[in-house]
Amino acid sequence: MTTVQEVVQSPGELRRAKAIGVALLLLAAVVAIVFANGTIGDSTFRLAKITDTLPDLALTVPAAATSWIVSGVLAFLGAVQISRGFGKKANLVLGLSFLLFIFAFLAWAAADNSFSFIGMLETTVIRAVPIALGGLSGVMCERVAVINIGIEGMLLGGAFTGALVGSLTNKWIGLGAAILVGGVLSSLLAVLAIRYRVDQIIAGVVINILVLGLTSFLSAQILVENPELNGSDTFRSIRIPLLADIPILGNIFFNHSIFVYGTFILVGFVTWGLFRTKWGLRSRAVGEHPKAADTLGVNVYRLRYLNVILGGMIAGFGGAWFTLGSVGSFDENMTGGRGFIGLAAMIFGRWHPVGALGAALVFGFADSLQGKLAILATPIPSEFLAMAPYIATVIVVTGVVGKARPPAADGQPYVKE
Amino acid sequence: MADEDPEIQPDPVTEAILEEVTGAGLDWRGIILVPVLAIFSAFVLGGLVIFLAGEGVGTILTAFGALVTGSVGSLGAISETLTFAAPLILAGLAVGIGFRAGLFNIGGEGQILMGGMAALAVGFSFEGLHAEVHLPLALLGGIVGGAIWGGIPGWLRAVTGAHEVITTIMFNFVAANLTVYLLKSALFQEPGRSDPISKPAFESARLPRLLEFLDEGYRVHSGIIVALLAAAFSYWLLFKSTIGFEFRAVGANPSAARYAGMNTSRAYVAVMAVAGAMAGLAGASQILGNTFLKGTPGFSSNIGFDAIAMALLGRSHPVGIVAAGLLFGALRSGGQEMQATANVGIDITTVIQALIIIFIAAPALIRAVYRVKASDNTEQITKGWAT
Repeated sequence: MTTVQEVVQSPGELRRAKAIGVALLLLAAVVAIVFANGTIGDSTFRLAKITDTLPDLALTVPAAATSWIVSGVLAFLGAVQISRGFGKKANLVLGLSFLLFIFAFLAWAAADNSFSFIGMLETTVIRAVPIALGGLSGVMCERVAVINIGIEGMLLGGAFTGALVGSLTNKWIGLGAAILVGGVLSSLLAVLAIRYRVDQIIAGVVINILVLGLTSFLSAQILVENPELNGSDTFRSIRIPLLADIPILGNIFFNHSIFVYGTFILVGFVTWGLFRTKWGLRSRAVGEHPKAADTLGVNVYRLRYLNVILGGMIAGFGGAWFTLGSVGSFDENMTGGRGFIGLAAMIFGRWHPVGALGAALVFGFADSLQGKLAILATPIPSEFLAMAPYIATVIVVTGVVGKARPPAADGQPYVKE
Repeated sequence: MADEDPEIQPDPVTEAILEEVTGAGLDWRGIILVPVLAIFSAFVLGGLVIFLAGEGVGTILTAFGALVTGSVGSLGAISETLTFAAPLILAGLAVGIGFRAGLFNIGGEGQILMGGMAALAVGFSFEGLHAEVHLPLALLGGIVGGAIWGGIPGWLRAVTGAHEVITTIMFNFVAANLTVYLLKSALFQEPGRSDPISKPAFESARLPRLLEFLDEGYRVHSGIIVALLAAAFSYWLLFKSTIGFEFRAVGANPSAARYAGMNTSRAYVAVMAVAGAMAGLAGASQILGNTFLKGTPGFSSNIGFDAIAMALLGRSHPVGIVAAGLLFGALRSGGQEMQATANVGIDITTVIQALIIIFIAAPALIRAVYRVKASDNTEQITKGWAT
């Protein structure tokens, strides 16, 4: 590299650079051996739905050749990374390489076959909603140094309340009630963590157990015997005029229910708030160094209560997606660990709202890919794909691909002197 | 006691560690009164939830009556209580040992699954072994499976600083998926089945039933004996051995422990491996103690999370954890009876359990409600992600 600055690297950084290079070479090897070798036929990625008025757009590529090319590119990038290193661009290169890898994987999986690529991306966006909202809820809490392990419980509480209140009244009041219940549950977290200084992880775990118990009990006791209380009206997709007519992108992003739009708006709003407003600056100060913030006259407790409660309301909104954004009825434990993937998305996204959304989209993609693989009858067991988000998170927290740093005071109760 | 250990010379650092390690735990009011009041309050609130769900006061009383008769009311009920208590005690030890060393092991679920799968593999792989050999071997499989699954997060913590709460949560989900995959693999799956269910372990690996000679229906098996032995071992390890002293010293103050010459990295791996081994035994007990000796997805049945309640209620002390395990075993056993006779869903016991944890974790709540003197020491186990 030309500049002096980049020559001076710590041993840790050098090791990391080498590790990324080796990882790229490994990816290249996998693509060559598994995807390219012995694969015959063309893969067709359908880009527009057949049902659409637009002509059927499709991309047809020869499966084996695609994989050989991708493998070559990956090997080249890996070699460059090991010999000279991409420096600060290494993560970008890694991300792009990962996309290439996925492309080769899809070409292999769909060899001699065709599948709706757009449909898959559309599902990705929908599946990402609860994960992104869970992650965003986590960002809100952890930026003021309150760990929220209870996201799962808040999602579940929102889902239950949405279905019950939505059935009793209408979907809008159901949505409001779900958000409210998210807020109530996070108030419990806030009181335990801030007022009583209970270990925050215990407080979060308790919320998960409590909500699982309460919703399962009430659903068995009330909903099962009164099915009319468990069948709410649901939010349908709204086509956004003009934007939805954009080829490809229109289908992926602009023909969804309010949950998808709400997610994008909330992520934008929280990002702006956290990094462009007085509230955000103070919140981040409370998360990094509460004592300093307190000294400067910031009300640490009030900000923590406020942000944690808002975070819970976001999770409550995400919970409503499971019922009001889907079939309108509640099942026991229907969130199935999505709150924990949200937590993983927050860490994966390095405690940044946009990062959490990005991670949620990646995890949502893995989720939708899982459904597709069964149809394409690939030899890869769906369980391994289901594991991917969790393994990716472990890799991120171990610092192999860049250190994810939480807010400095995260998890520590603050005692005013 | 640990301070009589000849290995450790009294010097200021050791004194400081000793104070932190042994200082707590003599507050009898905190140990007995707070848990009793916590349990009482949780039942009152649990009754309120049943009431709000539209049941009358009579039903609530019948329900709680059934809870008692279904847990200790007959020999059969006690048999059920002990059956449920065994894995709860073992998993509770897995969390409690971690707490003592300042590590939060939320990975009980995964460790139970991996330990159980390993025990299962040993159980069906060796035909014709004597039970005296096969059963210990299968239990050892559980220990090893759990220890590996717990040890990896410990190792990651020691080497990279990755927080064990995050890694163990993620490992739970990896284990759950891996279990389903394995149960559908040729190695484990019962021939002729397409759903994830394993072939049975051989009878020689079964944890023998204890009261079968009285009545075929008494399910209690020697898993409870394994649990009690494990608790005794944990007590010895934590409070009578040098290693255990190191565990607790690292938990009380890692910097001071390092300064005193202890290898904290090694301690993290060892603590998590021992904890994982306990949870692995719980998994082995789930498989080798069940009627059909088969593995199905979710045989961990949330015990790994309930274990957190055991550890908190039992103050991370083996004796306390045994008591807590018996109590929650009784809740589960009584819950079945409650569901059958009073038609009140068994999930209410999960609610009661969560409420007990809240009151135990926040003794100030109990103090405020009952105006008793209780120590204000809330359990601070984790020190946040940012280590």
